[in-house]
Amino acid sequence: MALKDFPVDECLLQGNASCPGCPATVGLRMVLKALGKKTFLVVPACCTAVIESLYPHTSFDVPVMNIAFEAAAAGASGVEAALRQQGRSDITVAAWAGDGGTYDIGLQALSGALERGTNFIYICYNNQIYSNTGIQRSGATPYAAWTTTTVSGKTEFRKEMGEIVLAHHIPYVAQTCISYPEDLYGKIQKAKSIKGPKYIEILAPCPPGWRFSMDKTIEMGRLAVDTGAWSLWECENDVMTFNGKSKLLLEKKVARKPIEDWIKYQGRFSHLFKPERDEERLKAIEEHTDHLWERYRKCYGKI
Amino acid sequence: MKKYPVETSLSYPKKGAMGKTGSWRVFKPILDKKKCVKCLRCWIFCPEGSIHREKDDSVSIDYDFCKGCGVCANECNVKAIIMEREEAKKK
Repeated sequence: MALKDFPVDECLLQGNASCPGCPATVGLRMVLKALGKKTFLVVPACCTAVIESLYPHTSFDVPVMNIAFEAAAAGASGVEAALRQQGRSDITVAAWAGDGGTYDIGLQALSGALERGTNFIYICYNNQIYSNTGIQRSGATPYAAWTTTTVSGKTEFRKEMGEIVLAHHIPYVAQTCISYPEDLYGKIQKAKSIKGPKYIEILAPCPPGWRFSMDKTIEMGRLAVDTGAWSLWECENDVMTFNGKSKLLLEKKVARKPIEDWIKYQGRFSHLFKPERDEERLKAIEEHTDHLWERYRKCYGKI
Repeated sequence: MKKYPVETSLSYPKKGAMGKTGSWRVFKPILDKKKCVKCLRCWIFCPEGSIHREKDDSVSIDYDFCKGCGVCANECNVKAIIMEREEAKKK
């Protein structure tokens, strides 16, 4: 779908409390354009709970229910059940949670809702940190990244949430990024048309959390896909397809850019370059990414 | 607006729930309409939704709420938007 065909209506109002250059609001605007006004959002504790702004006003023009950190998927299950009892099948229920509320704290509620077959869309916007509470490490934080709780760099690699969800064999799982609006919009629309549990993860480069200039939000997302740090794919009824640039990377039609091209712009990796280059850790990141893509090729590439 | 008789804290939608966020701005985006090719990239990528899209796909910037992040200037392929330092506000 071309940009010109995107709806003009905005469901996220101006003058909200997001930081300048916030990727979550870019994602929210696109998601709400795709879902339309007849949407019920369930938002746990995350940046979006702040973006809603102060009582008695809210910046959302759709119904939003705030719920505890671990309960986004459980809350959405309840809302879906209530709407089903009232015969309101025209309303889409969507949970919108950050990576902390998905990877770590909300994992069991999410797994439960997927297993029960709740008819809803779970959207995780992944900024790779707990940015709302002040940039702490999460399960999504990449290796060697600085956070306030990993001062000299995280010592573990991030986990693959998309593949954890794939193991539930739900009708639709997808990974996308805010820098690719057509891809994101198409995936949300497709999820909306499918019955059953759907999971979509959106990479959201966070300027204060990743320590880069706020005008580079979209560029960082694009570089993450180009360097293979993030991948665009969708899995419909257990058929896996890589999309866009990630497809070319998977089929080795274009060479993967070195991961350094992505991390050198981010202050959270600056200790790898200053005062001297940390060759050991830079090599470890590069090798891990190579290994990741080799595994993708083995598992999902055409044999 | 319809108010609901619910015994809980309900918030109602309002444009500018945090006031006029345009006052946060340090750099101001200036749009050159002659250079604009109506690709709408600034409109879709504006985190704030402060770039308005007209019926003929031309765009205009809402300075009341623009936070001055500069994403639009960075994403404009034809460099039709440039960032200029905001002049000191007169008291």
